[in-house]
Amino acid sequence: MHNNKKPLLIASAAVLAASMATGASAATLDSVKEKGFVQCGVSTGLPGFSAPDDAGNWQGLDVDVCRGVAAAVLGDASKVRYVPLTAKERFTALQSGEIDVLSRNTTWTATRDTSLGLNFAGVNYYDGQGFMVSKDLGVASAKELDGAAVCIQSGTTTELNLADYFRLNDMSFEPVVFDTSDQTVKGFEAGRCDVLTSDQSQLYALRIKLSDPASAMVLPEVISKEPLGPVVRQGDDQWFNIVKWTLFAQINAEEMGLSSDNIEEKKSDTNPNVARLVGADGNYGEAMGLPADWAYQVIKQVGNYGQMFERNVGTGSALGIERGLNALWTDGGVQYAPPVR
Amino acid sequence: MTQPASRPPATVKPPFWRDPAKRALIFQLLMLAGVFGVLAIIVSNTLTNLESRGITTGFAFLDNTAGFGILQSLIDYSEQSTYGDTFIVGLLNTLLISALGVIAATVIGFVMGVARLSPNWLISRLAAVYIEVFRNIPLLLQIFFWYFAVLRTLPSPRGSLSLGEAFFLNVRGLFVPAPITSSGFSVVIAVFVLAVVASGIFSYWNRQRQARTGQRLPAGWISLGLIIVAPLLAYFAMGMPLSWELPELKGFNFRGGITVVPEFLALWVALSVYTAAFIAEIVRSGIEAVPHGQTEASRALSLSGGMTLRLVVVPQALRVIIPPLTSQYLNLIKNSSLATAIGYPDLVSVFAGTTLNQTGQAIEVIAMTMLVYLTISLLVSMFMNWFNARMALVER
Repeated sequence: MHNNKKPLLIASAAVLAASMATGASAATLDSVKEKGFVQCGVSTGLPGFSAPDDAGNWQGLDVDVCRGVAAAVLGDASKVRYVPLTAKERFTALQSGEIDVLSRNTTWTATRDTSLGLNFAGVNYYDGQGFMVSKDLGVASAKELDGAAVCIQSGTTTELNLADYFRLNDMSFEPVVFDTSDQTVKGFEAGRCDVLTSDQSQLYALRIKLSDPASAMVLPEVISKEPLGPVVRQGDDQWFNIVKWTLFAQINAEEMGLSSDNIEEKKSDTNPNVARLVGADGNYGEAMGLPADWAYQVIKQVGNYGQMFERNVGTGSALGIERGLNALWTDGGVQYAPPVR
Repeated sequence: MTQPASRPPATVKPPFWRDPAKRALIFQLLMLAGVFGVLAIIVSNTLTNLESRGITTGFAFLDNTAGFGILQSLIDYSEQSTYGDTFIVGLLNTLLISALGVIAATVIGFVMGVARLSPNWLISRLAAVYIEVFRNIPLLLQIFFWYFAVLRTLPSPRGSLSLGEAFFLNVRGLFVPAPITSSGFSVVIAVFVLAVVASGIFSYWNRQRQARTGQRLPAGWISLGLIIVAPLLAYFAMGMPLSWELPELKGFNFRGGITVVPEFLALWVALSVYTAAFIAEIVRSGIEAVPHGQTEASRALSLSGGMTLRLVVVPQALRVIIPPLTSQYLNLIKNSSLATAIGYPDLVSVFAGTTLNQTGQAIEVIAMTMLVYLTISLLVSMFMNWFNARMALVER
């Protein structure tokens, strides 16, 4: 009986092998155009960066990166499907092609950039790791945290920085590791740990989630560099360029004073920099496989970098974070984009 | 007289494809080649794809410094240990929770199984309620219940519940005194080991004597006395070489003593209680499978109630109990991987979680983890099969 099945078995194995060989390297741009939407990996809920609002729409700085890409590629910022991922799942989801862009407050590190088959397409938020403690604890500095129990999210650079910091300062700690940032907040609230550590921006975001935000404070120390940015698969340079230049276009737009409010009138501006960016002069989208007005669509529908920042995490939002390092280079920050020309 | 047409068959060998034995062999070989061929294709394909996507492969990462902390470790682990060490730490934590879980589940399960058969209405009803409740709620929910609903509501370290200023329970875990041994304690241990060996020899001799003369001494009590009294005498003789280190509130939390983290407690209780409910039913079915006539026959031989249970009922019940009990043990071991839901640092949480994420070597890490669970399960299976064979009915 099973003799008859053998040719079938071999044939199916061959098909399987063939399909595995081709599945990976198809151009992301083509598949996105074909699908009609961008698949975007986001967090499981981090206010200001990626979290669903009351109506169930995803909002945040990281979400806006994906919306920007959708506007550039498909001409419609709403054509994004969001895939919420834990820190542990995120890279595998991108590697396996489940998502097209990972925009999930992910720190750019050497290991991740070089050994995971991924590329970081820029930095949309310059962050650093900090500590949040309960005010009752009576601690004013991270140097006083010897012996503390610390809640951390699993699979993050935070886990590593924390160990380095405590070892350098000759202190001990008890790591309490959870899968999602929600769980770390619950653990912190229940008193399972004295300290909640994460990137500072996240601490402000998570503090809002506490039942009594005023009871907790963020310590002044920043113990690491955490450049956060969107990530794409390695080996598809076209898609890499698209994501990278979408972000650059938004930063350039802020520098030139272009925003979603005034882009309509500035479209016919005589400034050659503006003309090149909005596609009135030359066609800088063509080389990336995009229409000439790609940057115009991004700015029109999503806004420039400054608008994106203010809306989601800036002083106008619930998080109330200052621009700081994330100000443009012309304003004393480090956000700087190469010119479009 | 005509000769019948039958002649001895010609000794011409049929071609090999007509010979069923050879044909079978050929197909077996083809099948084997097919299986290995497919495996080889999958492996080489994976390697090619990983390389073309620029993803690092291989096991060299195991020697790299891990650089993250782990909540609970049975070996000496620090942030400077390697990823290979995180594997060992995770593995040992998995083995610890599995072993303690199996022990507790077995004890609770046997007690509940027997209680379920108790002639006392109240006891048997209580056992039935226990079984039906814990057997029918998903394990993950039970873990959450113990962790979030029970242990998370405990007071903070400063308001700990304490027992005699030696045991403390708070939201950070259970703190118990740690034994500190000084010189001379090894003598006590040596005496204890000797007492165990001696009582083994004594029981053997007692059995031989009973077979010879029909007389027997109460071996159980004598052995127990030997094992307890002899080390105690040695302990006092050596000047009590054991002290206790009490947990003490210092800074944020208790220091000193032994800390049992709440993640461990919650997982242990949930796994034991859940699996015990199944074991109780298995024990009940085992006991009920022994025909009542066996008990009556044993009584007719004037064996006491205890001897009836020990010599007649239990050995026969075990034959029914052991195979499904093995499955429950295997379930418990594999279910322990739910630890990752509450952050107990088991193999899945530490190695297939943090280590996988920090190194990004998903295929290697997951393969190692699967291999570990397979190996543990096969070893337990092997042991239980051996035990089952020993207990099986020997036909004479």
